[in-house]
Amino acid sequence: MRELPTLPAMPAPAAPAEGYTRREALVMGLFALAAAATTTGCAVDKLALDDFVAKHFKDLSPAELQDRLAQLEQRYTEQYGKQVTVSATPAQEGVLFGYALDLSRCIGCRKCVYGCVEENNQSRDPQTHWITVLEMDKEDGVNLQNANAYYDHETVPAPGKFYMPVACQHCENPPCTKVCPVAATWKEPDGIVVIDYDWCIGCRCCISACPYGARRFNWGTPSVPKDEFNPVTEYLGNRPRQRGVVEKCSFCIQRVRKGLYPKCVEVCPVGARKFGNLLDPESEIRYIIENKRVYILKEELNTQPKFFYYYGL
Amino acid sequence: MTVLRKFGNFVTGTGRMAFLGGNKLYYAWLTFLAVCIVQALFAYAHQYDRGLISTSMRDSVSWGFYIGNFTFLVGVAAAAVLLVVPAYVYDWKPIKEVVLFGELLAVAAIVMCLLFVLVDMGRPDRFWHLIPGIGHMNLPSSVMAWDSIVLNIYLAVNLTVASYLVYCAYYGIPYNKKFVVPLVIFSIPMAVSIHTVTAFLYNGMASRPYWNSAILAPRFIASAFCSGPALLLILFQILRKVSAFEIKDEAIHKVAELMAYAMGFNLFLFGAEVFKEYYSNTHHLVHYQYLFAGLHGTASPIALYAWMSLAFAVISFFLFLIPKTRRNFVTMNIGCVLIYASVYIEKGIALIIPGFTPDQLGQVYAYVPSATELRVAAGVFGVGFLLFTLMVKVSVSILFERPPAAGLAAGQAAHA
Repeated sequence: MRELPTLPAMPAPAAPAEGYTRREALVMGLFALAAAATTTGCAVDKLALDDFVAKHFKDLSPAELQDRLAQLEQRYTEQYGKQVTVSATPAQEGVLFGYALDLSRCIGCRKCVYGCVEENNQSRDPQTHWITVLEMDKEDGVNLQNANAYYDHETVPAPGKFYMPVACQHCENPPCTKVCPVAATWKEPDGIVVIDYDWCIGCRCCISACPYGARRFNWGTPSVPKDEFNPVTEYLGNRPRQRGVVEKCSFCIQRVRKGLYPKCVEVCPVGARKFGNLLDPESEIRYIIENKRVYILKEELNTQPKFFYYYGL
Repeated sequence: MTVLRKFGNFVTGTGRMAFLGGNKLYYAWLTFLAVCIVQALFAYAHQYDRGLISTSMRDSVSWGFYIGNFTFLVGVAAAAVLLVVPAYVYDWKPIKEVVLFGELLAVAAIVMCLLFVLVDMGRPDRFWHLIPGIGHMNLPSSVMAWDSIVLNIYLAVNLTVASYLVYCAYYGIPYNKKFVVPLVIFSIPMAVSIHTVTAFLYNGMASRPYWNSAILAPRFIASAFCSGPALLLILFQILRKVSAFEIKDEAIHKVAELMAYAMGFNLFLFGAEVFKEYYSNTHHLVHYQYLFAGLHGTASPIALYAWMSLAFAVISFFLFLIPKTRRNFVTMNIGCVLIYASVYIEKGIALIIPGFTPDQLGQVYAYVPSATELRVAAGVFGVGFLLFTLMVKVSVSILFERPPAAGLAAGQAAHA
């Protein structure tokens, strides 16, 4: 290296033996940038690499799926300090899930919203809610242009108002799965629309395409406190999500495929929420559809929701 | 000389041309672009580190400034090549040069498009999921998947033709017409298709009444025919001043005349849309109300831009329609700037944001891009303009500044 003249007021340039030349510093800076880009911050770990090469859920062989589930269980168990299970329960034969919500009973208490958050490990900071409860005027009827999702009363229901909780409608003709460029979201045989968080590229086409505002994007890094984490998880459902991917209601896939009700049905204090198998003629959901006044949100779009609003009273 | 050595020689030679022998203004421009890019790298590093939460986009308005810019630039890329058609029909003298500069602009614009999509992705590390063969593309149903295919083919075609033409001129060898002409002809329907597919991306969503209109794709094409040529007209005038590039005044005025028709058609389509929304006065009108005024008694932050865009469009339409102002270079250049600004606002702001406001459940989130978004966007434009500048500089050096015996003469002989 050529000897540089030094000005008395300035520190002498570092000797190449112990310091860095400008070129070296530049190269190291680039490496640091590359390292920061491939990891979430600290170490260039195997986890990031495993996720990077993770296959599409439907492209996994049964053995590969088992490996991936075990890998994730181990990772989440370490991360949350409790035994976490990650299953990939298949759909049952002869089942098509349907949901009904009684608009005349709902009081807008948002118990379903927070029950869902806890059950499905939604991020607490920033806050993610899969269910949006809309407050509208009884006089006006269902008019979304006058709906308020941010009402904040001391007590509910407010006089003259009615409430309409909205989440994924699990359409038979879902516009969201159609637009996904990488097929990271699809309709399962039991009618549940699911998302593969390891395959989603975060382009948000599905959010644009959904007429119900049901899809949520992880704009920041989702976080759930260890003690509030629900360790019973499903691969296509409530397992921890990453930043930069889309999530939404899965009808509590981790519960309903094992014969349990979705959490929101369980926590609703007024019994406004009903759930069942649309293919079973004896089911409560079929009784409601056949005997009550049913309202389908944005019916004209031909999305064919399996979520039915009705007036029970 | 082996092909490989010849190619290496070409790369180093053009590299020298790109960076050496410019005037002070040229280096000042390069420095300015470099500054744009470097500051954007810092902004993007911040966004990558924290996630897209550092933008102003949220679930209500889930696409914003990045996707608006992407849409605008697809139009620029399409129109740049479509200028070949009038150049051929009206038999402008330097058709090869018009083709070449149009394709170079298309290449730079597509590179910017792809960068805007990349910076908008939640998981840019998973871009390989979109690569046919190793990824898992959702074909034929996803318009986004089709868009990524046509954009990449379009980039490849234009890059091939442009670099082949420059390569031949560099060595003073005649270019193979059987290779170039079919590709140029192929690139014309491709140009229409990239902008149509991009329009279909929005058009096909029944969830967003603002976009769910059959004249969206025609509007895209009409407005692109305004913005793309505006850039090229200014470029041609600069090149004519600083190099031996020759283009007749009549050709320039002809482009301006075509732009007047395109802008007239664009305004007509827009008027048709506005009539339908306001006269039928359904719930879908809310998006236009947000665009031009505001909702629920709150002024919309984009209304001023929407009116500006409309005013610029009308003024430039008349500037280009009236023969006297069209043939006056001062008023024509004012028209070019106004048209470019008008279409930029129309695509960048007035297309995307009102589509999301109010959202599907009627909620209003007043989106305004964050500093991070503006800085990253400045960097993407920096990359595109830098690329375009260097490519144009190389082409000008080869075509107009080298001794004709080595380059131009042979190429022209082959052309004639």
